[in-house]
Parts: sequence; C-alpha cells; structure tokens
Amino acid sequence: MAVVYKKSPALTDAPLSFCPGCTHGIIHKLVAENLVELGVFDRAVGVAPVGCAALSDYFFACDMYVAAHGRAPAVATGQKRVHPDNFVFTYQGDGDLASIGTAEVVHAAHRGEKISTIFVNNAIYGMTGGQMAPTTLVGQKASTAPYGRSEEHCGKPIRIAEMIATIEGAKFVERVSTDTPANVRKAKKAIRRAFECQIQGKGYALVEVLSTCPTNWGYTPAGAMTWLQENMIPYYPLGNFKDFE
Amino acid sequence: MAKKLMKGNEALAAAAIAAGATHFFGYPITPQSELIEYMAREMPKAGGCFLQAESEVAASYMVYGAGGAGARVITSTSSPGLALKQEGLTYMVAAQIPAVVINVSRGGPGLGNILPQQSDYFMCTRGGGNGDYYHPCFAPASVQECADLVTEAFDIADKYRMPVLILADGLIGQMMEPVEIKEATEKPIDKPWAADGGHVKRGEHNRINAMILPADGLEELNHVIQAKLKDYSENYVRYEAIDVEDADIVLVAYGTPSRACKNVLKKAKEEGLKFGLIRPISLYPFPKEAFDKINPNCKAIISVEQSCGQMIEDIRLSVLGKFPIKFFGRTGGNPIIPDAVYSYAKEVLGGKA
Amino acid sequence: MLEQVLVAGFGGQGVLRIGQMIAYAGFAEGKEVTWAPSYGPEMRGGTANCSVVISDEEIGAAQVLEANSVIVMNLPSLHKFEDTVIPGGKLFINSSIIKEKSKRDDITVYYVDAQEKAEELGNSRGANMVILGAYAKATQTVTLESLYDLVKQTFTGDKAKFVDSNIACIKAGAEMV
Repeated sequence: MAVVYKKSPALTDAPLSFCPGCTHGIIHKLVAENLVELGVFDRAVGVAPVGCAALSDYFFACDMYVAAHGRAPAVATGQKRVHPDNFVFTYQGDGDLASIGTAEVVHAAHRGEKISTIFVNNAIYGMTGGQMAPTTLVGQKASTAPYGRSEEHCGKPIRIAEMIATIEGAKFVERVSTDTPANVRKAKKAIRRAFECQIQGKGYALVEVLSTCPTNWGYTPAGAMTWLQENMIPYYPLGNFKDFE
Repeated sequence: MAKKLMKGNEALAAAAIAAGATHFFGYPITPQSELIEYMAREMPKAGGCFLQAESEVAASYMVYGAGGAGARVITSTSSPGLALKQEGLTYMVAAQIPAVVINVSRGGPGLGNILPQQSDYFMCTRGGGNGDYYHPCFAPASVQECADLVTEAFDIADKYRMPVLILADGLIGQMMEPVEIKEATEKPIDKPWAADGGHVKRGEHNRINAMILPADGLEELNHVIQAKLKDYSENYVRYEAIDVEDADIVLVAYGTPSRACKNVLKKAKEEGLKFGLIRPISLYPFPKEAFDKINPNCKAIISVEQSCGQMIEDIRLSVLGKFPIKFFGRTGGNPIIPDAVYSYAKEVLGGKA
Repeated sequence: MLEQVLVAGFGGQGVLRIGQMIAYAGFAEGKEVTWAPSYGPEMRGGTANCSVVISDEEIGAAQVLEANSVIVMNLPSLHKFEDTVIPGGKLFINSSIIKEKSKRDDITVYYVDAQEKAEELGNSRGANMVILGAYAKATQTVTLESLYDLVKQTFTGDKAKFVDSNIACIKAGAEMV
C-alpha cells in the first residue's frame, strides 16, 4: 500500500500533550515539515519556552533546550554563537514572548541574530490556566481579568509582529493563522520563508501564528476557530510586514 | 607567560581566555568594567565571541545557551547584576550546564555604591536562586589568585556540569599586582550531552532542560545535584591558615580584608601577641576543617568582614560553640583598617569586647 | 623594606600614572608591588588618589592608610592626606598650585614647583613626571634609570617623541630635591 501521509521525522513518537482543539499540534507539524523539507533538520536546535509548549523538547526530534520564561531568544543567541552552522529556532507563546520576554525578543531582533522565532499567539496564558496576557483582547475574560480586559485599566493588546517589523535586524516578519486549511498552508509557507531567512544568513525572522485555546476561552474547538476569526483577525491583521530579497 | 602587572579584572579575563573560554556574555556595571572591556578587546583576537547582552538576565541565558551547546563560557558582573543573574544560575544548576560566573562585588543593598564590599556572601554561597542547591564559590585575595582560580573554575565547571562562581571584591578588581597567566593544562573534556545539533549522528536528541514535572524525576535530579556537591565539597576545600595552632586570637577573613589581617598579624607578632588567621579561599564549601586546628585555649575567633556579618554564620557552624565568636566589620565601602582590627582584637583579648 | 605611598590630586593631573610608574619601576626591580586606585563616579576633575606598596615581602593591605610618603598635587589633597604621613615620613607638595605650607613639623616636606618646571621644559602636562622624579630621588625607593626605562617602554611608535620631554621632567624633578 502506498504511503500518502506520514508524520514528519522531525517529530518524535511522544504523544503531544496539547488540549483537543488547540492548534499547537498543527504548528509543531508545520515547523517539523519545514525543517525536513529545507534540509536543516540534521543541524537544527530548538528552544522551547515556558508555557503550553514547554514540553516541546520531547516532541521535536532535534536537540532542544527549554528556556526560562521569555528567555528563549537569549538561549538561542548563546547556542547559535557557539555553533553558527546550526539552524536555531525558538518556539514561544504570548505570555512568554509578549510579556516577560519582550526584552529578549526585541534585542535578538535588534542584533539581527540569525535565528527564527515561531510566536504562537492565543491571546491568553494557556498552561497556567487562562490568565490575561498582553495579547488578550479588550473585553475578553481571563482568570485575572474576570470582568473582561479593560482598556482603561491595562491598555490595548500588543501587536508583536508590527513592533518587531520596525527593528532593522528583523528581516522577515509575518502574521498567519491556523483557522482554515488555506491559512494553515499560508502559515507553512511563512515559516518556510522565515527559515530561509536564517539559512541565507539574512538576519532575524519571526512568524506570529494566531492560535486557539478552547480550554481557557471556554469554547468548543470549532467555536474557538470562529472566535479567532471574528475577534482576533480583525485586531491582529494577517499578512507580511517585512520580507527580504 | 611572563609575570606582568595587571588589574584583577584584567587578570580574571586574561586567565579565562588562556583557560580556553571561547564565549563571554555580559552587561556593563562598575566596578567590573575593565573585565568586560578586556573581553571585548581580546576575545575576538583569540578567535572567541564577546557579546554585550541587553541585560544581566539575558546574559545569563546566553551563557545557558552557549554552555548548553558545549562551549567554555563565562560571564561577569557586580552585585546588583548578580542578583539579576540568579535566575539563570538556578536554571544552569538544574539543567547541569557548566559555566564560570564572576562577581566583582560592590556596596549594597539596592543600588548601593561602587565601592568594595562583601555583603554578597549569602547570595554567592547559599544558592541565590530558587530551589535546593549550592554551587562552588571561590574568593581570591590577590591578582595571581584571581587568575589561578579562574583557570581551575573552568575545569571544575566542566567536571561537575555546574556553574562555578568567583567572588572578587571591587578592590581586587581594580588593584594591580604582578601576575602570571598560566595556559590551560587540562584538555577540555568531551560533552556528549550538549545541544550541538548532532542528534542525527548521535541517534537521539539531547535535551537541555531545567524542568522535570514528575515528582520522582525531580527528586532524582535533586539527588544527582546533591551527590555532585558532596563529591565536590570533599575535594575542593581551600583555605590558608597562619599560626592558628597556638593563637590566642584567630582572625577569619576572605578577599582583600584578609590582607589587612595579615598586617594585623605582623603587628601582633612585633608586640608579642599570638594571633592567627584563617583565610577561606573556597567559601562554598566553607573550610570547616581549618577550625579544628585552632589552639584549644584560643580566647576568641573574630570574623573580619566588609559587611554587617555574613560569613560569621559559617564560622559559628564550623566552631559549634567551642570558642567565643566576635565580629569586626565595616560597611558602605569603608576599608578594613588594620589598626582598628588590632585595637578591637586587643580589647577582645583583654575581655573588654 | 616596606614603602607605602599615597598619591592624590585632581583627576586629569596624572595622579594614577605617578602611582603606576612607581609600581612598574618597583616590579622591574624585582620587588613585590601593589597599586590600588580609589575609584569613584568622577571621570575628570574629581579627586583621584592611589596607593602603592613596595616591599621585599608578601604585601598585606594594598590600600595605604599610613604612608611613608605622600604626594599631593592639589590643595584639597594636602588637607585630606597630610596627616596620613607617618612621623619621619616624606610629603611632596606640588607648590605650583598649592600655596599653603604643611603644618607638620615631624616629617620632611618637599615643595616641588612641578607645573612651573614642566612648562619651563616645554611639557605642560609633565608636572606629574617632575614630582615623580623628586619622589624617586628623595626616597630612593626606585631608581631614576628604572623610570627612564619605563618612559621608553610606554611611549613607542608615534608617541616616541614624548620620551625625551618626559625623561627631562623626571630628571629635573630629581635635581630639585
């Protein structure tokens, strides 16, 4: 029988720990497939964050680190400076990258570190149980914003892709989503381009991937997709913010 | 290399490069600036990498990344910067990453001042981050010792897969003395555990991780760390003991205050008094055995520190009530003046203090 | 032999350099030496001082609190460090800009018109070398030859043109005591 689909060899056999309906699994698959298709898997090193993807070191089959909360770009910097020929990526969530880790991501971009960041934005702290993130939408309820996020009290959500795109050392920045098969295909392409940015030695690259958190949002998996489409995409527009020649 | 006059900060840096350090990550802070500047100047010439981080926190994770990738890596800072690096240190202990960390300490608490002070003793010897751990800590008292301890620190870090801390005070960082920088003697050891992208060749992926969720797994890691520390503590106790076997007063001091105490010993000898000195070189492990050599009829032990009294707790734990323990300290960056120590010691000897 | 020297003045007067020259010369002559600066946030114009210890034996404290010799380059330093000189010790005063006399009568005081002499020799920045020469001659801690050698080692390449004028300042200082 012909094999028409199989799991990427860049993923281990460990069962993923993500909740049903969460798109982290899809994003892992897209990263893994790109590593193999671009021929960099055998020299890849990943840095996992603190958050829902903190167990990614079990899931990706390449050498992996788990960083402290927000520090993945600094860890990746240290690794890459030792082995410039390695292909180095960080995989971070929004509590990790957009809150506690803003300094590290901004300065990795500012130095033009030749690393690639997959930034998964699901507008909430997932692993810790649904607390408000800097990316939580105004009015959206979270366990630390039980009355909904108030703009008056804590501002409007931060748009990371747009911010990183302003930094000279960042050479590729795009925001994608995982809500439809078409958008998943676009996401894979964007990740591919971000990886090529590193392979070609251009500089820092970041792909922001809008993702769902049915568990903490309180929706069914399908309902979460709808909520993402109706609420997140209007505030976090999809598209490319920076590309290289 | 021939002897030459160097500042302690420069000697620390030069010795690190000679010991095969290939990577330095740091953030500017007085009074260790000569160290980071030396690295910026000399590391590229040696074919290594100097990188100024955006913060001490980031620097400590660049060290985590580079150490985890198998490099000999070093970072340096001064007191408030070390407070920020404590997060990285506890992660390095948990992920078993070798690194050398230098603290050229200054006055505290808070922003304090940039004068020499020894009030980081607890932070440097007790495992300043979260969790159950200690890490090796050395305190040089001369520029030569700065260099020699850095050389050794790299070997210890690699051997035990732990961060090793060198606590130098601001004065030793700034002062110049003759020093010989020795080339590394031991060959760097293999690091098959490193995350160097060799998973395909290796047949399995390496994971550098400071998180273990199952209780039994984390307990096992803690036992591994404790076993390493036990072995380390049995092999790397370092101290200098002078005239303690028949001393009536024993001074205990580390770093540059120990040098003031040597002046005190000289003066006491001239005046016919029996003073001794214990100078811990390893602060963790604390050289408890040095205290077993003290004259049983010794009148008192005096802890001399540029702090409000921190090492004195380790002295108490070493002596266990056998001798009265007194304290002489200056803080704020004020120097330990030999005459003041001598006067105080004479009062103690006369039962007046 | 134990010589403890304290050198003080404004930042920019070459105070730390005087101390370093004494230390380097002592080192070249095979003695134990330490040099320790006081350091502060002032980069220029603030007060600066440094301690030098030269000895035949292992050196204890590197910070000099009781000095065999003190060199002061400005008035605030005279006020601050005059009492640091031990009885019988030596005090070197840059009398070009310090117009006060020392109140000590238990020490030897050398009034060195260092700035004036340096300018006379066409080296307006050489006052520190003049007073260094006076110090070396009066204390015999290090030889003038060691200092000359140091100057030659310090100023090389493009800066070799400064060798003669600095040696001239040291020599002139030595002749003033």
